[in-house]
Amino acid sequence: MLERVKRPLGRLGHNFIDGVWRVGAMARFFALVLSSSGTSFKRFRLVVREVYFVGVLSLVIIAVSGLFVGMVLGLQGFETLQRYGATESIGMLVALSLVRELGPVVSALLFASRAGSAITAEIGLMKATEQLTAMDMMAVSPMARVIAPRFWAGVISMPLLSAIFSAMGVFGGYIVGVVLIGVDAGAFWAQMQAAVDFRYDVLNGVVKSLVFGVAVTVIATFEGFDAPPTAEGVSGATTRTVVSSALTILALDLVLTAFMLRADD
Amino acid sequence: MERTTLDLWFGAFVSVGFAALLVLALKVGNLGAEGQREAYKVEARFDNIGGLKVRAPVKASGVLVGRVQEIHFDQDRYQASVTMALDKRYQFPKDTSASILTSGLLGEVYVGLDAGGDTKKLADGDRVAITQSAVVLERLIGQFLFTKAQEDAKK
Repeated sequence: MLERVKRPLGRLGHNFIDGVWRVGAMARFFALVLSSSGTSFKRFRLVVREVYFVGVLSLVIIAVSGLFVGMVLGLQGFETLQRYGATESIGMLVALSLVRELGPVVSALLFASRAGSAITAEIGLMKATEQLTAMDMMAVSPMARVIAPRFWAGVISMPLLSAIFSAMGVFGGYIVGVVLIGVDAGAFWAQMQAAVDFRYDVLNGVVKSLVFGVAVTVIATFEGFDAPPTAEGVSGATTRTVVSSALTILALDLVLTAFMLRADD
Repeated sequence: MERTTLDLWFGAFVSVGFAALLVLALKVGNLGAEGQREAYKVEARFDNIGGLKVRAPVKASGVLVGRVQEIHFDQDRYQASVTMALDKRYQFPKDTSASILTSGLLGEVYVGLDAGGDTKKLADGDRVAITQSAVVLERLIGQFLFTKAQEDAKK
């Protein structure tokens, strides 16, 4: 009887300790990535190549999703605002929701599932096929050559992708609000400009996406670097990347939003 | 430097990203509309500021002439002290009065400036002497009930 209780409890404890260990290891890993970033800037071509893979190839999914999200916001906003006879505020509603929250958060989630998972799988496989060990033998630091360029590529790409997402979303809101529903275009833009403050809203969104970029790429590279060198290990690591990136993004979003609203008052 | 397709893509991506940021700043945000104009600071003290917030608009005749920059409680006078950043293009007489108003029933709270007749103008760091506090609904209702009761007592 006691055995049957002890085993799940033991697993629970083990999982908890493993989680705490992961956080610590990730912090150390992050410091290591930063300290071996010199090569990335000396040979920027490495970063450019990774930006192509994580940024340029994510453009389509980000732009199309942004457009759809903006259109949905426009429709939903119209539904509610119509009751108060304030349909002109659609622009304001769409732009504020996108720039402050949805742009950075949704594009980071998409980035994590599209680029983050790819980074983890790639690094995990490199490790499983002993490419990283080979590099080490040739006195090439895998940290500087493989991990750091991917990290910086993510940090560079994320704010740009998020801005593209938000801009496309506003355009989607414009299509629904002005073109389909027939809200006055002047009022649409004027309300938006009156409500969205560059420093408080747009720049805060950029800061958010930068933080998310750092978080997602650190998690993705760490999980790949830490993956057991088996097919199962790599697949598990990829799954973990997407799950913990998503949770981290949402938790960080709460913290950052709280900070930013505090700073406003 | 040899040129590769990769560099082209990288350049295109970064340009599109920055273009999107520019659109967000100028078209969606107010960077182009208001920008960082030259401003001068004017202070006003109110007994009650109602729901006035930092960054609330300051309007004269309904035109935006500045924004509320800072609000704090003056410990010596037990009043709210509001610092406003006014656009340098607009100059107001020294005896201008400031009142706290609400646009519409559910609208935002803003500071309204009514120009006086003085020939001297408000300068940076000056204080608006004549102020009108926010209307507090509870007090208004209280007054109304009080006068009602008085009328009933007279009858």
